[in-house]
Amino acid sequence: MPRKKIEVPCNVEYLSILDKDGKVDKDLEPDLPEEMLVKLHRAMLLGRRFDEQMLRLQRQGRIGTFPPLSGQEAAQIGAVAALKSTDWVVYAFREAAAQLWRGKSMASILAYFGGYKQAAEVSEDSTDLPDSIPVGTQIVLASGIGYGIQYRKKDDVVLVFFGEGATSEGDFHEGVNFAGVFQTPTIFLCQNNQWAISLKPSQQTHAETFAQKAMAYCIPGIRVDGNDVLAVYTAVGEAVERARNGGGPTLVECVTYRLSLHTTSDDPKRYRTEEELKEWEQRDPIPRFQKYLTQKGLLSDEKIAKLEDEVNDEIKGAIQKAEDQMKEFDGDAMSIFEHMYAEMPPYLEEQRQELENELSEEEVKNG
Amino acid sequence: MAKMTMVQAINLALRQEMKKDDRVILLGEDVGIDGGVFRVTDGLLEEYGKERVIDTPLAEAMIAGVSIGMALYGLRPVAEIQFSGFSYMTIQQMESHAARLRWRSNGGLHVPMVLRMPFGGGVRALEHHSESREVYYAHTPGLKMVIPSGPRNARALLVSAIRDPDPVVFYEPKSIYRAFREEVSEDEETMPLGKAQVVRQGKDLTIIAYGAMVRPALEAAEALQKEDGSEVEVIDVLTISPLDHETMAQSVQKTGRAVVVHEAPRSFGPGAEITSRLVEKSFWYLKAPIRRVTGFDIIFPSFGYEKLYLPGVQRILTAARETLHA
Repeated sequence: MPRKKIEVPCNVEYLSILDKDGKVDKDLEPDLPEEMLVKLHRAMLLGRRFDEQMLRLQRQGRIGTFPPLSGQEAAQIGAVAALKSTDWVVYAFREAAAQLWRGKSMASILAYFGGYKQAAEVSEDSTDLPDSIPVGTQIVLASGIGYGIQYRKKDDVVLVFFGEGATSEGDFHEGVNFAGVFQTPTIFLCQNNQWAISLKPSQQTHAETFAQKAMAYCIPGIRVDGNDVLAVYTAVGEAVERARNGGGPTLVECVTYRLSLHTTSDDPKRYRTEEELKEWEQRDPIPRFQKYLTQKGLLSDEKIAKLEDEVNDEIKGAIQKAEDQMKEFDGDAMSIFEHMYAEMPPYLEEQRQELENELSEEEVKNG
Repeated sequence: MAKMTMVQAINLALRQEMKKDDRVILLGEDVGIDGGVFRVTDGLLEEYGKERVIDTPLAEAMIAGVSIGMALYGLRPVAEIQFSGFSYMTIQQMESHAARLRWRSNGGLHVPMVLRMPFGGGVRALEHHSESREVYYAHTPGLKMVIPSGPRNARALLVSAIRDPDPVVFYEPKSIYRAFREEVSEDEETMPLGKAQVVRQGKDLTIIAYGAMVRPALEAAEALQKEDGSEVEVIDVLTISPLDHETMAQSVQKTGRAVVVHEAPRSFGPGAEITSRLVEKSFWYLKAPIRRVTGFDIIFPSFGYEKLYLPGVQRILTAARETLHA
């Protein structure tokens, strides 16, 4: 009957490899091939420039509301770079950089945010789910996919993205708990970007970290510098390795910062200071990685300038393609009735006909 | 052929589909060692093991969401929610993901899952155990909502639901889980989803019912036949969504009179939709106003009064007589 401390066999770690000035911890530095390092950099740069361009397009009214990702490139690219193409990825809604890495086309992202669901088409052999907008609801799906992988005795894993705000949702706890009980190969990737619209982490939880929430479910939890692509890659890589080998799920908290808006309808000036933004700009994931690569002799100012042009051209080409696609989609309004069910019920066919008649009457009227 | 209760018939459907297809797996609260609180999954853990008959932690949103994930991965999950009154947390998952993934992936993804749950009154249960909230699911485009009315169609419809490529909410009327038996063949039997069935022929009045209300509707029809020779047609809806209004319209265009019966509250209930479609499709054939015999628009009462709440033969007869003589 004594009262004593219970030793819980779970712990929470912190990992940072590349500091904000591009200085690397030699003991922790991952042994990555040069092509991989260059590829990580390009993907982060592409993510940033694409995001900036999307914001311009939105302001010009050429696409609709979208959630910018600037600042979170390392958290996203570091995570998906640790996966195989056959692994599964479940997204929240702010992961365009990760989606580009996984093979989604920029044009389809643009056309989706341009208001056309045809652009969200998923090919049948895809192992990436489309964006999931209701916060946190996608987390349980990843637990189910993980169970499926395990049931089929495959060595794939599934990684699910969500923000720190989502950890307040029941679905987060239910999903992590299920994964813990059944030891599914699921990586829970929390992008703690400091702001769930207008709320900061301390308003979301009394806990010091989001990573420690893993302890309640007795799965490994790790907090990493989410603006350090090497740390994210390393931590997710370890989690993937463990999951592939039957070691079950991991919660990875990436401490990062949303440099831009929650969505294009948001005004961060209402809830955060310029000083804070400036402070985080110093910790930007891209310049520090550029310094690191420059020190390694893999980048130079000329190479960066050339790459900027290349990325810019790629984005321009995608915008042109997206605008052509959107015109095409625009003439295909009847597609909104498609894919409700495998077979269209008769009453839906009637409703489809109603709209079709209305449109052809308009066409006649307008000559 | 064996005479089976609905519980046994549903168990047979699950057992046979699991045998036939290793993609079919069951999950839910107490579905394994306990065989489900109504024993619907009895014996399946022993037969198929804990990887396929999963006792999940107690969290309904997770049960639905994990099922969606499994379905996306290529499995055919059949999830049990212990009582429909505890299913409301699943609605987020069913609405936000199960119902829309086919549409929003432009046909690239689909969610072949079944969410089974007992619903309805009549078993002297605690609060939250007797409601009929089929419209919550039927109102969501992209979901199918199926309600059997007896052992044989419960088995056949569940087999079809498991094989269906879209998400199906399968509502089991628990007051008739063991109320009567029917011959159910061990041989494979399916029924199409989205099709209502004429279960009694007649020319004077159409009674439209589903679930536990089909038997009182049939009894009322018999009573009317004896009373004044009225020939009452009875339609068993079977699939609430997608609703088969064609079968109902055909019948009402013949009889000119209709009574719709369900346990769910009247306002915005399935009867409102059925009546609207009959008016839209068959108004000029109607000889009398369509009547609804339904639960009242109140909280499902404590079981001391549940018999007063639930539509029964007498209440159906009253409405039917009024309709016949209007």
